[in-house]
Amino acid sequence: MIHFVLLVSRQGKVRLAKWYSAYSQKERAKLIRELSAIILTRAPKLCNFVEWMGLKVVYKRYAGLYFCMCIDQDDNELEIIDIIHHYVEILDRYFSSVCELDLIFNFHKAYYILDEILIAGVLQESSKRVVGRLIDAQDSLVEIAKEQASLVSSIIAQATK
Amino acid sequence: MGSQGGFGQSKEFLDLVKSIGEARSKAEEDRIVLHEIETLKRRISEPDTPKRKMKEYIIRLVYVEMLGHDASFGYIHAVKMTHDDSLSLKRTGYLAVTLFLNEDHDLIILIVNTIQKDLKSDNYLVVCAALNAVCRLINEETIPAVLPQVVELLGHSKEAVRKKAIMALHRFYQKSPSSVQHLVSNFRKRLCDNDPGVMGATLCPLFDLITIDVNSYKDLVISFVSILKQVAERRLPKSYDYHQMPAPFVQIRLLKIMALLGSGDKQASENMYTVVGDIFRKCDSSSNIGNAILYECICCVSSIYPNPKLIESAADVIARFLKSDSHNLKYMGIDALGRLIKTSPEIAEQHQLAVIDCLEDPDDTLKRKTFELLYKMTKCTNVEVIVDRMIDYMISINDNHYKTEIASRCVELAEQFAPSNHWFIQTMNKVFEHAGDLVNIKVAHNLMRLIAEGFGEDDDNADSQLRSSAVESYLRIIGEPKLPSVFLQVICWVLGEYGTADGKFSASYITGKLCDVAEAYSNDETVKAYAVTSLMKIYAFEIATGRKVDMLPECQSLIEELSASHSTDLQQRAYELQAVIGLDARAVEIIMPSDASCEDIEIDKNLSFLNGYVQQAIEKGAQPYISENERSGMLNISNFRNQDQHEASSMHSLRFEAYELPKPSMPSRIPPVSLASTTELVPVPEPSYLRETQKVASSPSVSNADSSELRLRLDGVQKKWGRPTYSSSETSTSSSTSQKTVNEVSKVDGTGTVNSKAHDNSYSSRKPQVEISSEKQKLAASLFGGSSKTDKRGSTVGHKAGKASSHAVEKPQTTKAPVKSTAVETIVVQPPPDLLDLGEPTVVSSSPPSVDPFKQLEGLIEPTQVTSSVNHGVVGANKSPDLMGLYVETAESGPSTDDANPLSGLTNSDFKNAHEGIATQLSKGPNTKHSLEKDALVRQMGVTPTSHNPNLFKDLLG
Repeated sequence: MIHFVLLVSRQGKVRLAKWYSAYSQKERAKLIRELSAIILTRAPKLCNFVEWMGLKVVYKRYAGLYFCMCIDQDDNELEIIDIIHHYVEILDRYFSSVCELDLIFNFHKAYYILDEILIAGVLQESSKRVVGRLIDAQDSLVEIAKEQASLVSSIIAQATK
Repeated sequence: MGSQGGFGQSKEFLDLVKSIGEARSKAEEDRIVLHEIETLKRRISEPDTPKRKMKEYIIRLVYVEMLGHDASFGYIHAVKMTHDDSLSLKRTGYLAVTLFLNEDHDLIILIVNTIQKDLKSDNYLVVCAALNAVCRLINEETIPAVLPQVVELLGHSKEAVRKKAIMALHRFYQKSPSSVQHLVSNFRKRLCDNDPGVMGATLCPLFDLITIDVNSYKDLVISFVSILKQVAERRLPKSYDYHQMPAPFVQIRLLKIMALLGSGDKQASENMYTVVGDIFRKCDSSSNIGNAILYECICCVSSIYPNPKLIESAADVIARFLKSDSHNLKYMGIDALGRLIKTSPEIAEQHQLAVIDCLEDPDDTLKRKTFELLYKMTKCTNVEVIVDRMIDYMISINDNHYKTEIASRCVELAEQFAPSNHWFIQTMNKVFEHAGDLVNIKVAHNLMRLIAEGFGEDDDNADSQLRSSAVESYLRIIGEPKLPSVFLQVICWVLGEYGTADGKFSASYITGKLCDVAEAYSNDETVKAYAVTSLMKIYAFEIATGRKVDMLPECQSLIEELSASHSTDLQQRAYELQAVIGLDARAVEIIMPSDASCEDIEIDKNLSFLNGYVQQAIEKGAQPYISENERSGMLNISNFRNQDQHEASSMHSLRFEAYELPKPSMPSRIPPVSLASTTELVPVPEPSYLRETQKVASSPSVSNADSSELRLRLDGVQKKWGRPTYSSSETSTSSSTSQKTVNEVSKVDGTGTVNSKAHDNSYSSRKPQVEISSEKQKLAASLFGGSSKTDKRGSTVGHKAGKASSHAVEKPQTTKAPVKSTAVETIVVQPPPDLLDLGEPTVVSSSPPSVDPFKQLEGLIEPTQVTSSVNHGVVGANKSPDLMGLYVETAESGPSTDDANPLSGLTNSDFKNAHEGIATQLSKGPNTKHSLEKDALVRQMGVTPTSHNPNLFKDLLG
């Protein structure tokens, strides 16, 4: 299973961190520090895998962002690379050619999308279309809710005038 | 803009993100975040914050926490937000709590109620949000609260809900298998779900269930096989295709399950052969995902009942992986090889050179994987080479976790396959010297036991040789600074026990060394204790043989110092030493018999030897002894004695304190004290330890005998690689001696003889090449048992040389891949000398631009300029063939993905996806427009990241 997903920029800044196994805040900080030190310094041509504390971390670089996933010893690393890529492709569709800035300002949306792809540390949906549809449904509902809210507040505002 | 890249947050938040993005140091960032935390703390607790504002605060909390700061003050507000009726707020609330809270958090109990309510909602999106939270937050205790609803949702009309419900049950199963034991049939039912997503999700819990209990699911083999067949035949909806592969993630899961079901079951395996064979044939090996499936096929093939045809296909794929330029594939190849050699060990041989290449690769990950493979294929014939390599690597790394692992592997292999006692001791010395503090203390005890007992043979001579060689090596090592404590304990013990045994070293020499140790490591009490006891033993042996004991002055001062030590343990030992020295030879010999560490010590628990004395005392009118139980029983009754008990207990507590002091060192020490306290006068720690090990002794001795039997056969082989000193017998086979000469010759003077022997001619003029190849060849021979015949080796030389030449150029990392690719191409056609000549200058000249292309790229914002400059750099600096230049260029632009070149930057791994890539590219028709809009928006917001990170605007997908 996937123990955590980490997006780290080339400068070592965390862009997204999702934990599927229990780690305390302290452990998280330590782990991020250690891992980014290892991964950011690796030369470009080497394996996309790092063995780490009895687990394996699969990472892949997209522009200035490193997508990392930590998995068990007996998981398939190549599959994880493609899960990462799957995620990036969906992000790309959603933000229409996603860039790091999109993720910085809309990190919560990146989380929502990740929640539709991975659940409890395993891949739950491998169809881009299905994920896209769900996210859109959620977004549109949110939009409707927003409109309603503003409508209600305007009505209240008028009434209280 | 809505979701499409617009930023729905307030200016304040954008400014926060921006200022953090521009922070120059961690300290500055921390300051900003702390300030933000203060603001949030204040705002969030204001009474009537509007809900929309509140939502943003929660998201800001998530941000703060993501940056590694504590946002726990706001957790309760996130929990509150989950109660909200609006989906938008609810979703934010759930997101925040799933990120903030672990399942053991106290606040969980406040959410369970909300989750229960939401699971019943009419809106399936609310249900989905709740199920996401269920997967993350529900713990063993709260499972029953939501379980009935989750089970009900398995029949929900929306597939997304069914899928998540399955996953939630899977999570429950992981948390507490008993809670969902009665629901297992549901998983089987969902396997037939109409929706492929739900079916795929069901495979996860089934995999777990099957892992635990294979036999109950054998009936599903046929279903799994037929599902896999249908998937492979593209019967699933197109939307499940991924890079032209039909539902690859489902295929991988199915293969994993089949590996479990077919393991050791011929009948089940036979059902699988066809479909696995089909996948082998159909799989597109040029894409990453195709290789992922192929790898999973190999895992499956090596796990199920062996089928020669499939094994052959698997071996082909492994060969392809290992020959690939991609480190990822090499890594997978090594791993797959490790799996397949369990069923067909002969496969390893044909890949020996590839394996050695991986072993020498600069990539640590690959190296470690290769060590794992070597560990799996260690035999008595190659143990020396492998363990030596492992130790060398172990010395070179800093990662304590891995160091521990590799050290324990070395120990394990050495114990299992040691060809000679001497080698074993040497190896253990090295392991202890470099990783002593990391290995288990038991390993040290094992070593002591081994030295004391020998290898379980009845040859006393060999045993004493072993001991004296151990003593000698320790005396050599002992002077080195900063030895690990565990190792020093072993050294002290061995020196004490056997230091003077063979008469080579005088007692004063050994005691001097021991005193040095005790002084040098004066804050390590355990070591000091070992040293003192060893001193005592040496003096005792001296006295027993009738020699006069002259205590060295430094020894005397040490003892005096220790007899005033804070540690009662050390004090006791010091006093005992002084007492023993004062005794006469006969008494000493009884107390401290020489070389008796293996003798059984019988403990007379009843102290029967005192019977006569006690009898006498009773006759003289003493009170008979009353056992403690009886005494305390009486105490309860009589008030009078109660006082006594008080006294006793107070005495108890006093004594307790006294013994408390040395506690810190207690766990790490062999339990001598317990014995010492019972017998008071005979404070010999070893017997108690040995008595303990006595029980274990029988089993290792069996295995030892075993290994020693095997050892006989490999005396010859050992010579091939091993140092000449190890070789104890002269009866090596002729082939190995000839090998040895090859070895020496090649070392002494370069090339001539080696070439005439091993290679034909053409490229023999290249010295380094030949040397490496012959060295590699030897390494290969020693690793792979040398079972490859000489003619066979000859035939592989061409290949080797190709590799070797590539290796020679490999050192400067940057151009490795291109050169290697040419080298691989020319494996059969031998590499013309020109190539190498050309190769080296290119390495030197092209390295400046390729050292860190990113740095360069970052400095230049204009993408076109960047590419042109890179191109320029490459072309200008590189006189090599075009192919190479091209390769370098793509290789560089791959990861850095410059905008101007969308296709090359598509993805690093799969150029084959051009199809889909183009499709997405097309769908992104207004691409530039979009990014322009984004850019404009960002600038409008005032968020213009300074030029030091233009990457922010770069499309992730190229």
